[in-house]
Amino acid sequence: MQPIPLIVNGRSVSVTVDPDTPLLDALRNHLGLKGTKFGCGLEQCGCCLVLIDGKPEKSCGKALATVAGKDIVTIEGIGTPDRPHPLQQAFLDEQAGQCGYCLPGILISAKALLDRNPSPSRAQIAEALDDNICRCGSHVRILRAVERAARLLREGEAR
Amino acid sequence: MSASPALPPLLAGNPRLDQWVGFPAPGRVTVSTGRVEIGQGVLTAMLQIAAEELDVVSDRILLQTGDTDLTPNEGYTAGSQSIQFGGVALRMACAEVRSLFLDHAAASFGYSRPGLSVHDGAIIHHGEATGHDYWSLSAAVDLRRHATGRSQIKNVGEYGVVGQNAPRVDLAAKVFGEAAFIHDMALDGMVHARVVRQPRRGATIKTVDEAALRRAAKGPIEIVCHGNFLAILGVDETVVEAVAAVAGNHVVWDGLDAINPFQEEARWLLQQPSIDRTIGPPAPTEPTPGATRYEANYTRMHIAHASVAPSCGLALYRDGRLTVWTHSQGVYPLRDALARTLKLDPAAISVKHVQGPGCYGHNGADDAAADAAVIAFRTPGKPVRVRWRREEEFGFEPVSPAMVVMAQARLDASGRPADWTTEIWSGRHTSRPGGGGNLLAAEALPDPPPPAPASESAYPPGAGTRNGEPLYDFPTKRIVHHLIAETPVRTSSLRGLGATLNVFAIESCMDELAERAGVDPVAYRLSVLSDVRARVIVEHVARISGWQAGMRSGTGRGHGFGFARYKNLAAYAAVVAEVEVDENVRLLRVWCAADAGLVINPDGAINQLEGGIIQAASWALKEGVRLDTGGISSRDWESYPVLRFSEVPEVTVELVSPGADHPSLGVGEASGGPTVAAIGNAVAHALGARIRDLPLTRERVMAVLLKV
Repeated sequence: MQPIPLIVNGRSVSVTVDPDTPLLDALRNHLGLKGTKFGCGLEQCGCCLVLIDGKPEKSCGKALATVAGKDIVTIEGIGTPDRPHPLQQAFLDEQAGQCGYCLPGILISAKALLDRNPSPSRAQIAEALDDNICRCGSHVRILRAVERAARLLREGEAR
Repeated sequence: MSASPALPPLLAGNPRLDQWVGFPAPGRVTVSTGRVEIGQGVLTAMLQIAAEELDVVSDRILLQTGDTDLTPNEGYTAGSQSIQFGGVALRMACAEVRSLFLDHAAASFGYSRPGLSVHDGAIIHHGEATGHDYWSLSAAVDLRRHATGRSQIKNVGEYGVVGQNAPRVDLAAKVFGEAAFIHDMALDGMVHARVVRQPRRGATIKTVDEAALRRAAKGPIEIVCHGNFLAILGVDETVVEAVAAVAGNHVVWDGLDAINPFQEEARWLLQQPSIDRTIGPPAPTEPTPGATRYEANYTRMHIAHASVAPSCGLALYRDGRLTVWTHSQGVYPLRDALARTLKLDPAAISVKHVQGPGCYGHNGADDAAADAAVIAFRTPGKPVRVRWRREEEFGFEPVSPAMVVMAQARLDASGRPADWTTEIWSGRHTSRPGGGGNLLAAEALPDPPPPAPASESAYPPGAGTRNGEPLYDFPTKRIVHHLIAETPVRTSSLRGLGATLNVFAIESCMDELAERAGVDPVAYRLSVLSDVRARVIVEHVARISGWQAGMRSGTGRGHGFGFARYKNLAAYAAVVAEVEVDENVRLLRVWCAADAGLVINPDGAINQLEGGIIQAASWALKEGVRLDTGGISSRDWESYPVLRFSEVPEVTVELVSPGADHPSLGVGEASGGPTVAAIGNAVAHALGARIRDLPLTRERVMAVLLKV
C-alpha cells in the first residue's frame, strides 16, 4: 500500500491504507479526528460532511484515493473553543442543538454556504442544510444560528 | 417526635446521601444522578438544581450520570420524568446535605443555626465568613447516612439559579467536534465488530460459509458464531464493515417465515386476538333514548425512532468482570438483563452511560450494548466496539407500534359528549430489556430466554392507553384497550407512546363534533373544559396565534388546534398549526403554549417543546415504517423520510407560568400529541374534508381531493 497524501485542516498528512478506505474512516480511525460523524454510510444524512477544496462533500462513501492531495477541512479545522468560528459562537449563543450528533455536518454545510453567500435568506439557509438530517427537531434554532453567524461575519468584515 | 416525612420515591429507593453528593477535593463537588443525557438537556437542569440547593456555583460540580458503579438506580431516563421525579429526589438530597453541614457548624462551633447559610460552599453566619466550608468540614460530616426528608428545601422565591436560562453544559464539545459520543470512544487494543442479524426472530443458522467471509475480507477478521449469534470482528473497522455488508450472501438461515406486508397499515389490528381491558365505567349496553352516537376510526403506521446515527456499544470482559459502555436509557435494567443473558452475577457487571444520538425511546442502544457484551464475553481481554449499520438500526430496532383508535361519543342535546369511549388497538408500547428478555443477542444464543409476555403499564400514565382519557368534562369517560400480543415486528416505546395517536383521535373527533354542533373548535373545547390551567393555555395559544372563530374551510389554507395534558398528569400543551395544502401539505407555522409548573431551565424546556413539535410534524406528515415479506423494508432515509430543513415551519413556543409553588411537570413529550392533532385539524380545515389515517401524505391528500 502506498501512502496517500492529504491536506487536513491545513496540515499535510499521509495515510497508508487501502485506497478504497472511505475518507470518513481515514479521518476518524487513522487520523484520530472524531469530529466528523458516521450517520448512515449511504451519503443520505450529512453527518459526515467535510469541505473538500472548499465544497461540502460526504466523506462516508468517498474512497481515499479519489481525494489524494486535496485540501480537506473538518469540523476541527473550523474553529476551537479558544478561537471559535462565528458559526460555532452563534450555535452556542442560540443554543442550537439537542443531542448534537448532527451539528458537525450542519456546521460544515453552513460554512460552505456563508463562504459563497454572506447574506443568505432563511430559505437559502434551509436549502443549503437540506442534505443534513436533524432528528431532535433543533431546526428552528439552527436556522436562527446561521443567520446570526452571517450577521457576525458581516459585522466582522465591516470593522 | 413527628413521623418522618415521606421521601420522594427515588430518594427512598436510593436513600444514602453519599449516593447523591460528595466533596472529593477542596472546591470540588460531585453530584450523581441516575438520569442520562439523551439530548434533552437533563444534565444542565440537574446541575442547576444541585447548584441551587447546595449553594455552590455549578462550575464546581462534576456531574456523574448513569453508571452502575457511581450513581443512584433511577431505572430509565424516560417518560418525561427526569425533573418531575429525579429532580425532586436530587433537590431533597442536596438540601439535606447542606443542612447537615450547617447543623454540624452550629453544634461544633456555637453558631446559631438560623443565622447560618452557605455561599458558594463557604459557611456564612449572619453574613460574616466563618472560615468553614463544605470541604473543611467534609471529614466530620458523614454522608454515609440515610436521607430523612426533614430538611427544608428552598422556597421558589429564594431561587437564583433554578428558573433562569442556563446554557447546555454538553453543547460546546459537540459544536467543536470533540469526541463527545460513544461512537467516538477508542479503547486500547479495541476491535470493531458487526453482527450478522437473524433475519427474523427465531431464525436459525443452517450454514455459514466462513471461508467465503474471510475471502471477502481485505484484512484479518475473526468470526464469532455461537448458537444463532454470528459476528465478525477485526482491528480495522473498514474491513469489518465491508464484510458485514456482504455477509448475508454467505449465511443460510432456516425459519424465515414470511411477514404479511399488509400489516404496515394498522387496520389489520382490528381482526387480531387481544388482551382486553376497560378503564372507567362499563359501556352502556342499551342505546340512550334520543342520544346521537358519533364514532370515527383513526390510524397510524409503525414509527421508527430513526436516530440520526445507528446504535453503538462497547464492552470489555477481563478477570471475570464485564464492563459495558452504552447509550441505553437505563444502565441498571440493562445490567440485570445482561446478567441473565450471560449468567453472570450483576455485581460482576458495570454499565456506564456515554452519550449517543437522540433516541426518543427504546431504539437499538440496548441491543448494541448486548451485542458488544456477548462478543466481549467470548473474547476475554479484548475491548469490543459494535456499531450497528444504518440498515440494521432501521431494520431491527424496536419500532413504535401501529395503532387504531376509535373515538365514540353519545351526544347530548347541545351536541356535546355525555358519554365518551376511546377504544384502542395496539401492539405493546413497552418491551425494554429490564422487563425480562428482549435483547436480540440473547435471543440468538443457545437456550434463549422465553419471550417476555405482552403487557401494558398501569393507567395512569399507561402506555398504549396513555392520554386515552380526554381531559374534558364529559359526564362519563372510559378507555377500552385491546393489546395485540403478536405483531409482525418488534415494538417498544417511542416518545409519547400511545399518547400521540390517542390525542390525535380525541382532538380530531373534538373538531368533528364542534363542526357538527356549529361551534368554533376552540370555543367548543372551552365549553367542556373546567381545568383552570388547561383553559389558560388554550386561551393563550389562541391569542398568540391570532385564532379567529369562523375561518372558512376548504380554501387550501387551514388552521388547526390540538390540546392535551401529557399523561393527564404532566405538562399541559396547546398547539395551533397553520398549513397550506395543494397536493402536498406545507406546514407554515406552529404556535404552542405550555404550562410545565416550576421550570428549571426555561430555554431548555422551550427547546424540548420545539423539538417535540418538529418531530411530531415529521410523524404526522411523512413517517411510516414500510414492510415487505422480509420484515422492515424501509432501511434508509429515502424509504423512511423525515422532515428536512426546507420543510420545517416557523415555531413559536411560550411557557405560561401557573404562579409560584407549582411542582415541575414533565415537559419533554408534551407537545407531540397536540402537534399531530393540530396539523390533522389544520389539514381538514384547509381541505374541507378529513384524513383520519397518518401520515398525511400526498396520496391521501389526492384521494380526498378526488372525492371533494
